[in-house]
Amino acid sequence: MYKKFWVLLLSCWMLTLSAMAQNDTTRPVEMADGLRANGKIYVVVMVLVTILAGLIFYVVRLDRKISRLEKENK
Amino acid sequence: MLRQTWWKILCVLLLAYTVIGGFLGPVPAKPIVNETIRNLYFHVAMWFSMMVFLTVSAVYAIRYLRRPNHVDDIYSLEYAKAGIVFGTLGLITGSEWAGFTWGAFWSNDPKQLGAMIAMLIYYAYLVFRNGMPDIDKRARLGAVYNIFAFAMLFPTLWILPRLVESLHPGGLGGNPAFKDSDPRMAAVFWGGAVPGWCLLGVWITTLRIRLKLLAEKKLSNI
Repeated sequence: MYKKFWVLLLSCWMLTLSAMAQNDTTRPVEMADGLRANGKIYVVVMVLVTILAGLIFYVVRLDRKISRLEKENK
Repeated sequence: MLRQTWWKILCVLLLAYTVIGGFLGPVPAKPIVNETIRNLYFHVAMWFSMMVFLTVSAVYAIRYLRRPNHVDDIYSLEYAKAGIVFGTLGLITGSEWAGFTWGAFWSNDPKQLGAMIAMLIYYAYLVFRNGMPDIDKRARLGAVYNIFAFAMLFPTLWILPRLVESLHPGGLGGNPAFKDSDPRMAAVFWGGAVPGWCLLGVWITTLRIRLKLLAEKKLSNI
């Protein structure tokens, strides 16, 4: 009789242990996985690459203009 | 080096790697910061680039003081301006990031205050220079002030924030988010972001230097 009681108590305790562990591990840190799964993060990357390309294009144009001025003033 | 193309192409490739790798690459999942950890490639890279430009600026200031030469003065001034632009962007992006992770856009964090003081010292450098009509005096005193401003970067950015409690990594107690730096992030940060943003700043600075030299040449021809 007592043995059964102790087994029950031990198993209950183990259940709470696993429940406690679940509290820590089953709630993962929220990351933009959904966004990535939907493939939408690529939209952000595309927008940023466009902005970067635009800025670089602008700087390249400026570089060319200054180079031309330098040549004319030689 | 000033007019070569290879490093400009390298700059574009590194920045493309930073943006694409920075958004699609793996990052550790950390509470509170979540995906904003990717700001490391942009916000922190601004400060690293700023340190590089301001160091170059101080070196040219020392060169000027050793042997006065107006070209060195132009280099010193333009690199300081690039450092000021990148530092200001670092301050703004840091505030934006803090607004969504630390809960306030400005929380008087020691490093925020230190960075603000360092920036104000450099803003004063530009005002101080422009306040002097005499070109040689402006260059000489500007160079002296530049070295002082550069020396002030170390206590304000590197030493004082580490001696007290700070939300930034490196302080006492410190920010647990960056305790263990992730090697996958280090590749994009050191391999792409820092050299990429540095080269972009150098590119813009060399353009400004070339423009200034051209303007001077034109003035002397008249």
